[in-house]
Amino acid sequence: MANRIANYDGVAVAVPVTVPYERFSIRGAHWFIARALKALVDGAGISKDEIDGLCVGSFTLAPDSAVGLTQHLGLSPRWLDHVPMGGASGIVSLRRAARAVQAGDAEIVACIAGDTNHVDSFRLSTATFSMFAQDAVYPYGAGGPNTSFAFLTAYYMRTYGAKPEDFGKLCVAQRSNALQFPHALFKKPLTLDEYLNARPVADPLRLFDCVMPCAGAEAFLVMSEDRARRLGLPHARLRGAIERHNAFPDDPVQHRGGWAMDRDRLYESAGIGPEDIDLLEAYDDYPVICVLQIEDLGFCGKGEGPDFIRRNTFEANGSFPFNTSGGQLSVGQAGAAGGTLGIVEALRQVTGQPLGARVENARHALVSGFGMINFDRGLCTGAAILAAT
Amino acid sequence: MSETIKRPKRKNPILKTRAPTLPPDRRSRIALGLVRGAAMGKLELQCCAACGAVQYPPREACVRCLSAELEWTVMSGRGELVSETTLHHSQELFFRERMPWRLGLVRLAEGVSLVVHLDARCGPAPSPVIVEAVLDRAGQAALVAKPDDGNTALADEPKLRNFTSDPRFRKVLVTDAKSPVGQAVVKAVLEAGADLVWAGHCEPWKNPPGWPAIAQLPKVTLVPLDVTDTKSVNELAAELGFKVDIVINTSEHHRTFGIFGRAGVETARAEMETNCFGLLRLAQAFGPVMQSRGADGETSAVAWVNLLSIYALSNFPQHATYSASMAAALSVAQALRAEMRVAGIRVVNIFPGPIDDEWNQLLLPPKLAPSAVARAIVGALEGSVEDVYPGDIAQDWLARFRDNPKALERELGR
Amino acid sequence: MKPNDPAPGPEILAGFTAALATGAIRIIDLTQTLGPDFPSIVMPPEIGQSRAFRMEEISRYDERGGAWYWNNLSFGEHTGTHFDAPIHWVSGRDLPNSSTDTIPVADFIAPAVVIDCSKESAADADFLLTPDFIKAWEAVHGKIPPRCWVLMRTDWSKKTDPAAYQNFDEVGQHTPGPDPDAVRFLLNERDVLGFGTETIGTDAGQAAHFLPPYPCHYYMHGAGRYGLQCLTNLDLLPPTGSSLIAPPLKIQQGSGSPLRVLALVPSSQAGASRP
Repeated sequence: MANRIANYDGVAVAVPVTVPYERFSIRGAHWFIARALKALVDGAGISKDEIDGLCVGSFTLAPDSAVGLTQHLGLSPRWLDHVPMGGASGIVSLRRAARAVQAGDAEIVACIAGDTNHVDSFRLSTATFSMFAQDAVYPYGAGGPNTSFAFLTAYYMRTYGAKPEDFGKLCVAQRSNALQFPHALFKKPLTLDEYLNARPVADPLRLFDCVMPCAGAEAFLVMSEDRARRLGLPHARLRGAIERHNAFPDDPVQHRGGWAMDRDRLYESAGIGPEDIDLLEAYDDYPVICVLQIEDLGFCGKGEGPDFIRRNTFEANGSFPFNTSGGQLSVGQAGAAGGTLGIVEALRQVTGQPLGARVENARHALVSGFGMINFDRGLCTGAAILAAT
Repeated sequence: MSETIKRPKRKNPILKTRAPTLPPDRRSRIALGLVRGAAMGKLELQCCAACGAVQYPPREACVRCLSAELEWTVMSGRGELVSETTLHHSQELFFRERMPWRLGLVRLAEGVSLVVHLDARCGPAPSPVIVEAVLDRAGQAALVAKPDDGNTALADEPKLRNFTSDPRFRKVLVTDAKSPVGQAVVKAVLEAGADLVWAGHCEPWKNPPGWPAIAQLPKVTLVPLDVTDTKSVNELAAELGFKVDIVINTSEHHRTFGIFGRAGVETARAEMETNCFGLLRLAQAFGPVMQSRGADGETSAVAWVNLLSIYALSNFPQHATYSASMAAALSVAQALRAEMRVAGIRVVNIFPGPIDDEWNQLLLPPKLAPSAVARAIVGALEGSVEDVYPGDIAQDWLARFRDNPKALERELGR
Repeated sequence: MKPNDPAPGPEILAGFTAALATGAIRIIDLTQTLGPDFPSIVMPPEIGQSRAFRMEEISRYDERGGAWYWNNLSFGEHTGTHFDAPIHWVSGRDLPNSSTDTIPVADFIAPAVVIDCSKESAADADFLLTPDFIKAWEAVHGKIPPRCWVLMRTDWSKKTDPAAYQNFDEVGQHTPGPDPDAVRFLLNERDVLGFGTETIGTDAGQAAHFLPPYPCHYYMHGAGRYGLQCLTNLDLLPPTGSSLIAPPLKIQQGSGSPLRVLALVPSSQAGASRP
């Protein structure tokens, strides 16, 4: 293991914000990010001039980046970042913001991820998602990452004996959680039969294995614990965070992620182990990746995911509270905001302010991100532990 | 195993003819390296000259040692299907119109993973496969995995047939069916299952050997066509252009003069009239209506074949003006390829070395039999290539050309 | 006209035009339509080739030219119904005034006689016109006058199938024409102005094998005389009594030219063989 890295002492995460999701929107990404910023400053009781750090994740901001947003929104931050890492952008933003606050480069960092979704946004973004996707996947008829995840899922099922019912159990539980979450776009219960009988999308993936793209934003503030206390904000402590990119490149098919390389460091930094985690907010654009996170973050061994699913229940009040807002599969995937959804939900749970289902005595939440299907696999992984004060 | 391709029903004239759609054709410039091999039916991937690493998708540097010395190298094609999916949904019209569509993830023997179009005859993963580079209907290189059990023709698999210009059940115009090559092409496309052949012929008072027998073949209809005569070309196109699925332009005017060997430009002009302007006339007359039928069912308009010459690449001074006309024709053919691509219609160029005909009498062997040229043309249609260099001479000259065009220029000038 | 005769007055042409107006003189078009489908001369492929008639549109009331229609033409000098000038043949190359631009214009309007060989040509595609045949014709129609066109009627122009018109087999073309003696007779004994045919060439299809080869070209042009080829409607002309208007294009150093050939025929004699 590399040199011991500094922990995140003194860093607070506060003001969980969700800009309500819409299936399609005629507005631009700037609108959703602006609404998120407004909610942040209102929620913190500060003026926007006090925001001196900004970190943005968005796919649909083009031709702007975070830079353009400063003028667009009238901010003069002394610390600015744009994290184009999709499902990992939330975790990576949090890590960077925390270090900026620790170093004094910024006092209050707004981490905002948001995207719009026009009727044709998804097709346009998947067509040119990356050079490799454009060159070697999209021309094959692949609709976004469906194909890559179909490969992963088929391989995982064949190799480790997972059944459709296993993935279905996760999806059904998440829907159950979502029914209590006001911002979820899916309002109807999902039965296992409905899951299994849904139309096929890319074998073995069926309709409810795939997230629904939508518009929306998620956001939070990072500041010192001192500052949070002075502002009187409920907040969580950041107890550890990891990121890794392009892990295990020689695996013929992705069946593990960078979490497996870095989880020991994560738990060491937090001073706890998997058994101390009260809830897991995993990145869930497809259920197979949830299983990989459960395994690679140490809740069970590699290949034991199916058995773990069969032994546990995943509702907020279940044996393994999981994606307690419903996750992207039942709330919707608002572009890059999908990578921040879990952080915002975890923050709500450990600060005792859930909008929907509550996890009792939630002290430690593990949030995990996964992003950027570049060719045949996702490249970015990250995870963070948020703890109640 | 393989579904046989059945004769499609006649078109329902009440229904709108579908407009052509294409697979996504956007590629980075480096990824276009794949099309270099695919154009000739070769699977070439980047191989690092410094460390030998093979990589895919194409990159700007070696993934292992960061060297920029990357060479497109022919691969074995052998690999293992490690995962697969069948798409039931796509955002792209081309695939939506052809659902379901099978894709595979293949680990090539060289150690790279490939997303491929997957032959229905391949067994479930894990199973051994052969990967080939083909051209999709946008003219871009695409990878296809077929079962590793010998000859499995692309055109015999209903989905992969989309990558071919299978002459089966299609209607073919051979622009000059009278020449030795033309006669061989008529026979070859009929043997390949063409529905009928329109055999173009001009100067009806000329009756070369073999021609009466061609005219007697079933499924052959003689049509007057003189590619040097705009009126003739336009009249034929007006009469039957809307039925032509494949044009095979065998019209050729070949004289064997250097620059000093034949005073004046009349011979050169006659070569240009047929070889270059003839193609241009045909393209203007037949191209637009073929474009409109690029998605006209199983027997849509699908391909345009030009009989060019290896001399199109570099001038053979003994046949100087002919070479020049073929270079011009190649240039026209490239433009035609660009224009026909929007309809998914493939322009195939054939670059034979010397054909064993009266104009190459004085050249030493090896020379290509007209039947070999015909086989190369049919092979291109049944497969998925756009540049064909049939015969040893063509292959030799192509290799020399690619290695050092200036050297070939000197060699041909001796 | 004798030197001492008074110069003719305007009435000399008035009578002519009046006769045209009343129909007393009829005009018969001896010209094939010039188009890409009309058969052109066939030469061995390795030697120089005459270009067939080709027509490319410049514009047709369209974006290439808004309100007008016109074409660019290309063709060999010896295409369609055409005129052969003496300079066309090696035997006439050193004669004065032997190209289309220098031939005396008076030669472009001249009387014509028509020798009907249609039955013989129908029976034998290789039929050759001989001095005896000419003399037999003269016995009926009178002696061929000097400076007169001799037109060989074969009805070949009625063959609309191009293959039949060309009439090739593996030893070449089979079309009627004059034999060498007939050409010599017409020149030396009758001083004709030129020889005209309905076929491609004033010579017979097999004339390459004659001595000399292509005798009509060789002798006729060597004597500064002319040829007319691919004529039609010869069956509408009387054996004697007609005149031809046959001026080629004034092409600089031209060896020949497509042209419009008009025959003037007294109405009493016109259309003898018309239905």
